[in-house]
Amino acid sequence: MMDAIQIEQVSKAFADTQAVSDVSLTIQAGELFGLIGPDGAGKTTLFKILVTLLRPDQGKAVVNGLDVVRDFRKLRPLIGYMPGRFSLYPDLSVEENLSFFATVFGTTIAANYELIRDIYGQLEPFKNRRAGALSGGMKQKLALCCALIHKPDVLFLDEPTTGVDAVSRKEFWEMLHRLNERGLTILVSTPYMDEAGQCDRIALMQTGRILAVDTPGGVENLFQKPLFAVKARDTYRLIQDLRAAPFTETCYAFGEYLHLTTRPSVTAGTIHGYLTGKQHEFVDIKPIKAGIEDSFMALMQDHG
Amino acid sequence: MDKAVSTDKLTKRFGDFVATNEITFDVAQGEIFGFLGANGAGKTTAIRMLCGLLKPTSGSATIAGFDVYRQTEQIKQVIGYMSQRFSLYEDLTVRENIRFYGGIYGLPKTELRRKADEIIQTLELGTVADKLVASLPLGWKQRLAFSVALVHDPRIVFLDEPTGGVDPITRRQFWDMIYEAANRGTTIFVTTHYMDEAEYCNRVSIMVDGRIKALDTPAAMKQAFGVDSMDGVFQILARGTSTK
Amino acid sequence: MNRFFAFVKKEFYHILRDRRTLLILFGLPFVQVLLFGFALTNEIKNARIAILDLDHSQHSRQIISRLLSSGYFRLEQQLDSYKAIEPAFRKGKVKMVVVFPARFTAAVAHDQRAQIQLLADASEQNTAISLTNYATNIIQSYSAELNPAGMNPPMQLDVQSRMVFNPELKGAFVFVPGVMAMVLLLVSALMTSVTIAREKETGTMEVLMVSPLTQIQILFGKVLPYLLLSFLNGCMIIVLGIHLLGIPLNGSLALLLAETLLFIFLALSIGILISTIADTQLVAMFASLLIMLMPTIFLSGFIFPVESMPKPLQIISNIIPAKYFIAIVKGIMIKGVGLQYLWKETLVLAGMSTLINAVSLRNLKTRLG
Repeated sequence: MMDAIQIEQVSKAFADTQAVSDVSLTIQAGELFGLIGPDGAGKTTLFKILVTLLRPDQGKAVVNGLDVVRDFRKLRPLIGYMPGRFSLYPDLSVEENLSFFATVFGTTIAANYELIRDIYGQLEPFKNRRAGALSGGMKQKLALCCALIHKPDVLFLDEPTTGVDAVSRKEFWEMLHRLNERGLTILVSTPYMDEAGQCDRIALMQTGRILAVDTPGGVENLFQKPLFAVKARDTYRLIQDLRAAPFTETCYAFGEYLHLTTRPSVTAGTIHGYLTGKQHEFVDIKPIKAGIEDSFMALMQDHG
Repeated sequence: MDKAVSTDKLTKRFGDFVATNEITFDVAQGEIFGFLGANGAGKTTAIRMLCGLLKPTSGSATIAGFDVYRQTEQIKQVIGYMSQRFSLYEDLTVRENIRFYGGIYGLPKTELRRKADEIIQTLELGTVADKLVASLPLGWKQRLAFSVALVHDPRIVFLDEPTGGVDPITRRQFWDMIYEAANRGTTIFVTTHYMDEAEYCNRVSIMVDGRIKALDTPAAMKQAFGVDSMDGVFQILARGTSTK
Repeated sequence: MNRFFAFVKKEFYHILRDRRTLLILFGLPFVQVLLFGFALTNEIKNARIAILDLDHSQHSRQIISRLLSSGYFRLEQQLDSYKAIEPAFRKGKVKMVVVFPARFTAAVAHDQRAQIQLLADASEQNTAISLTNYATNIIQSYSAELNPAGMNPPMQLDVQSRMVFNPELKGAFVFVPGVMAMVLLLVSALMTSVTIAREKETGTMEVLMVSPLTQIQILFGKVLPYLLLSFLNGCMIIVLGIHLLGIPLNGSLALLLAETLLFIFLALSIGILISTIADTQLVAMFASLLIMLMPTIFLSGFIFPVESMPKPLQIISNIIPAKYFIAIVKGIMIKGVGLQYLWKETLVLAGMSTLINAVSLRNLKTRLG
């Protein structure tokens, strides 16, 4: 299989911050690849390098067999790019936005309607509404249509789900899966760890570096320490007590439960005994398999 | 007076559009209350009315016993507010930001100094106390913004998507601070798009199209809808309406 | 070409849907012209004058009484010698002095011809012009009455008007060319730079840059609508100036329009230059106001005559494009001269455009940084 994106030891610095340092990554054609990391991890800078908007200080990147620096003119028509903020014209209507971007890329809405039918279908009832008056979820869908309208080979989506509610996010991922099934290579970035599982493969990024690259399952398996989910009636006191416990390595809130990482060979019984001694009620402890967020947090700590 | 927030059929219309439609709920003092809803469900409008920034069309509401129609000045004294954008002055130092916000609420000079020292010490910002806020990492800014929102010891603090975009560890450290504040008796009124954070709340309300569709503890809600996560509850309630 | 038209169409949508832009585009020139026009050509009533009557004759008394009963003039002061004229002006109360020379009546009797002098304070140019015009008319009508039919040669009263403080009446009609320069700069440079910066702010510029459009196409597409609108604006100001304010058009209209286009081109170039530097609308706005509007108002001779500026400012005024444009417009409209007298100014404007565009092209990036 051909590589859609090859990144070799790319670095980029701005004034006093190293935004991306020594990143190497290969993404195959047809992959739905996720770049997962918090704000300031360097995701956006890496995206801008790949879509030919920034020149790397060091290293080289090839998209679709074309060098992002040398062949940028040839490359630009082949990629679709949706920047972090949904870049639409708020004073143009839904339809005007789409038809503008279509014309700019030398095509028409009709010519590529097939590709966006699913998504645009939901927007069509509002096609005369100004883009500025759309909800976050609808802006996101329109921006995706605009990025798709010229039938790109590779789609770059920079934080398409940030600030969008959980339902719209889920719908958005369903759309990406359908696009991906048609053979489109998609590189998407997100700060939401729970979205990582939607990707074929992911790269975890933090402060300009890549912490790990693997399938979501593979990333979860990187977590080696014993992990327990713990619950009791008084969550606040539970955190305090568990953090003070001699067997604890880390203890963080994870939804309903706390996730507790312990020294080796600690059992649920040990923990239960300790908590009962502290007068905790309704204690519930179970050993669990780590999720992506657990792995990410462990990797963050390993990298200091 | 143990209710931090109490509303009865609170409604706001903009022309024909009903942004919040007869919402009725109470929040107890010291509670962590999650205020969830899809984009455009009417959360922001509701929060603005509760903060005394927007006059309701009908219905009633009190914040710490003060009426949202007539006593907006008193309300402002007893609430704190922190938005996603933190509202810190990037070109002021950490200490200057604390003093500025304390000054707005009329804290006396000695109290200001004490507060500033206390916050800087608690947040372990000693080495950067006199550095510009612009130079701080995102997570630090976030915690500072939270402390600043609490500088005048408000009865209730409104947090509007306070954890967007930060790394998972920082996000949890932030929730640790929320727990601490709630433990000291401050009411927390928080909106978020992270459904796991909804689980950290004592009670959660979910708004759909201007109405409160559900309001309960996370555990009771999950049981009622037969799902194992708040995300599941949210998907059931809000789906099908998000594209409107 | 299709792409380009789509771009221009989109740009027109932006302009037509933004009420503030529309207001600036079409309201501003109108208001400016009217404001400056009428503020300066105010109807005159009871203007204070002084009289130096060295003749003390029946004629002089008659004329004085006609002047004062006209309603335009009010006697502030009777002077007794030429020396008293200047102090009277200096005190600032008197707008005009009417002088009847010592041998006025004798001249009327012997030569059928005599002189009356009008001295007006031309630091307020338009007032000065109006006052002398009114006075001249009143005196002429008196002299016409004195002439019985068939008298030959007819008796003549020569009115000699002289402007003090600004003897050549520099900048008499300068405000219309000035407003024109200002509005064109505002519309062309400020609006272009702001609209380009807006695309950077919304992030749409990134998408455009990644599209097959070249940076030059993007800029040209953004600029073309403003070129058309600015030209429309320029025409509007010319029409207003001629028909509403009575400014003559003594020279060639075609030349005037061509020079206007040249100046708009220069202003747009400045706008593009600013936009290559400014990343936000706010920066673009401040840059435009600071480096263009302020100098244009204060240093182009629009409000303060260049000749009365301190030397260093006079030197700086040489790099203000509006100075040359104002000279060109005055030349064409008022003096009625052609390109043979204005080629220097035209060349300066063309040179400035070339230079600025060269710098912009060098600044132009195909990437963000």
